[in-house]
Amino acid sequence: MPSLLRNRKFRSATLQVLFVLAVMVILVSAVTTAQDTIATNGMRSGFGFLDRTTGVNIGFSVLQYDANSTYRQLILVGLVNTAILGILGIILAHIVGLVVAAMAISRNGSLNLVAQGYVELFRSIPLILQALFWYALVTHLPAPRNAHEPLPGLFLTGRGIFMPGLSVTGEAVALVLGCLLLGAIAFAWFMIDHRFRRISDSRRRTGRLVIIGLTLLACALALNAGRVPDMPLISVPELRGLNFRGGFALPPELTALAIAIAIYGGAYVSEILRAGFQAVPRGQLEAAAALGLRPLHVFTRVHLPMAFRAVLPTLTNQCVWMFKATTLGIAVGYSDLFYVISISITQSGQTLELIGILMLGFLVMNNMISFLLNRLNKAIALKGT
Amino acid sequence: MTDMTHPIPRNSRLEQLRHRFLRTPLDIAVTAASLLLALFVGWKLLDWAVLSAVWTSPDGLSQPCRDASGACWAVIEARWRLILFGVFPYAEQWRAAVATAALILAGGLSCLPLFWSVIRQALLWIAAFALFMVFMHGGVFGLSSVPPAQWGGLALTLFFFVAVVIVGMPLSICLALMRRSDLPVIRGTAIILIDGVRALPLVTILFTAALILPFVLPGWLQGDKIWRVIAGFALFFAAYQAEVLRSGIQALPRGQEEAAKALGMGYFHRITRVVLPQAFRNALPPTINQLVITLMETSLIVIIGFFDLMASGNAAYGTGEWSFAYVEVYAFIALIYGVFVFSLSRYGRYLERRLRVGSS
Repeated sequence: MPSLLRNRKFRSATLQVLFVLAVMVILVSAVTTAQDTIATNGMRSGFGFLDRTTGVNIGFSVLQYDANSTYRQLILVGLVNTAILGILGIILAHIVGLVVAAMAISRNGSLNLVAQGYVELFRSIPLILQALFWYALVTHLPAPRNAHEPLPGLFLTGRGIFMPGLSVTGEAVALVLGCLLLGAIAFAWFMIDHRFRRISDSRRRTGRLVIIGLTLLACALALNAGRVPDMPLISVPELRGLNFRGGFALPPELTALAIAIAIYGGAYVSEILRAGFQAVPRGQLEAAAALGLRPLHVFTRVHLPMAFRAVLPTLTNQCVWMFKATTLGIAVGYSDLFYVISISITQSGQTLELIGILMLGFLVMNNMISFLLNRLNKAIALKGT
Repeated sequence: MTDMTHPIPRNSRLEQLRHRFLRTPLDIAVTAASLLLALFVGWKLLDWAVLSAVWTSPDGLSQPCRDASGACWAVIEARWRLILFGVFPYAEQWRAAVATAALILAGGLSCLPLFWSVIRQALLWIAAFALFMVFMHGGVFGLSSVPPAQWGGLALTLFFFVAVVIVGMPLSICLALMRRSDLPVIRGTAIILIDGVRALPLVTILFTAALILPFVLPGWLQGDKIWRVIAGFALFFAAYQAEVLRSGIQALPRGQEEAAKALGMGYFHRITRVVLPQAFRNALPPTINQLVITLMETSLIVIIGFFDLMASGNAAYGTGEWSFAYVEVYAFIALIYGVFVFSLSRYGRYLERRLRVGSS
């Protein structure tokens, strides 16, 4: 027996079996306890509740939604809202981050100081505090009656930001955004993948034009299908009674969250990009300058692409992080996925199922982002090294 | 870097400054513009925050602020106890202050080289935590009992942070060791757990801990909501910290562990005497970074209904009396977070410098 205990294979096998048994015991006891709790509380489990009407109203929704809609529709609304906020936040944060990083690596000392101050300040304040601050700020804008009008047709009010828009349904807008996203992905794939590098320049140009044309055609079709009947195509917001009617309204919740994610995420993105810029060997930049490229072209054609390649894996993590940060929406009342799940829980009591949907939704969306960006990373990685 | 790659004239500091700020006419213009902007913003800020600010309001009302153009710090004067201690019983708030001070003191002490050993750190934090519980929770030594539901403000935020790190740090070591185990089942479990937790937003994990755990745990194990949420938060922290530690372990030369094996050391001794001390040393800067992020993320517990610093700040200006003074309250809270975050990250940079000196 002691020799058996000293046998390494036997020990590791026993250890693993014991471990599996312990995990099984915990899981089984959790499931049985859950069944007991559900039975004693007289609750029903299962996904039948998805087709019941919710009876609650939510604030912002791109899709058609009212209190008579089903839980299925409510969750879809949350998914779309999360995607809108996530994509908007990621794009804005990258713009901010790129500007700040460019300032941080510039040769001018005062720009370095500004960039450093920005990063130090906004990285040391929690995101939720920034979101609440911006929310308080945008809801304290004047009432619609005496709104700021910085540009003709653009109104800043405490009830949201109003601007001229197309009179189409929300579904059409979501469809158009989807088309644009798909088009952008197809375009990037066509431009970057080595498969398409070998074909001739004129055929590449045709290919680019075809992709852009198809995307625009799909958008136009979606817009045309989603037009609200008996309305001019472009509607301008006008004051009627206590609030603006018509046009496109950016709700304060979305505005505040987008600003907060752009500023906070932008600080992190700028640090990542700065590291990337500094990782590019000086010789490359000097070689580019020696070839006669102007400073702007050295930056856009040599420095930025090489820095981007160096930090794309880190940026991927940051994008996933910013997408997860959309769950802060509940703090200001933006109807994102987490928000609609939590009001569905209070409304229907189907806690386990709804949390399952929530986690599945985030796992799928985050893995989609990682998958796309990892494909991009593979496509632009240096070959043959 | 040598002078060849960095052709900055090094004859004087003044020359260097001139090169950085005033090299070309464009640089001069940019520097002048930034300086003007900084002066303008600085002056506006000074005017708002100090010169035309209202510092005090004798009767605790917002009237003096309503006509002033500057900041209304009177709201802090009227509400600072709410912001720091939440809804802790008013007469007992000195206890919350002592408990908070104990945690801050322990944090400061643990930064001293005197406490840089696992045993001393553990003892220090257990002592601080016990002191915190005695004063905050009470129920012993003649102090009245205050349940966690009444804790709030800065005291609750710091308590959460410390509890999460105390529970999460050992857990992260376990996860990191499990992930690099030779046994496929154990390694697989660790990978699923770590990657699964990292793919989810923190809020959903806290929500699950608050709402789902009561379903699946038998009654005797449920405990108060605060402990379940701390457990969930600690799991989240551990999943990230485990990856930090794993990278620290991977940076070790393989020879270290092989040498320990050759000397006949068992697994436990190899890990605790050879691998972990060096791994911690490698992973110290990212660990500090992780702590900073965790401290800021504790503000998310407001979403699942805890009355932490963030929530008490909202309550401080939430009444009709002070509803206009949100900027001042948020600035005060940002300052509190900022002080902790700033000192932690400064300490991290100091450690980084010190470690670099030691290793080269």
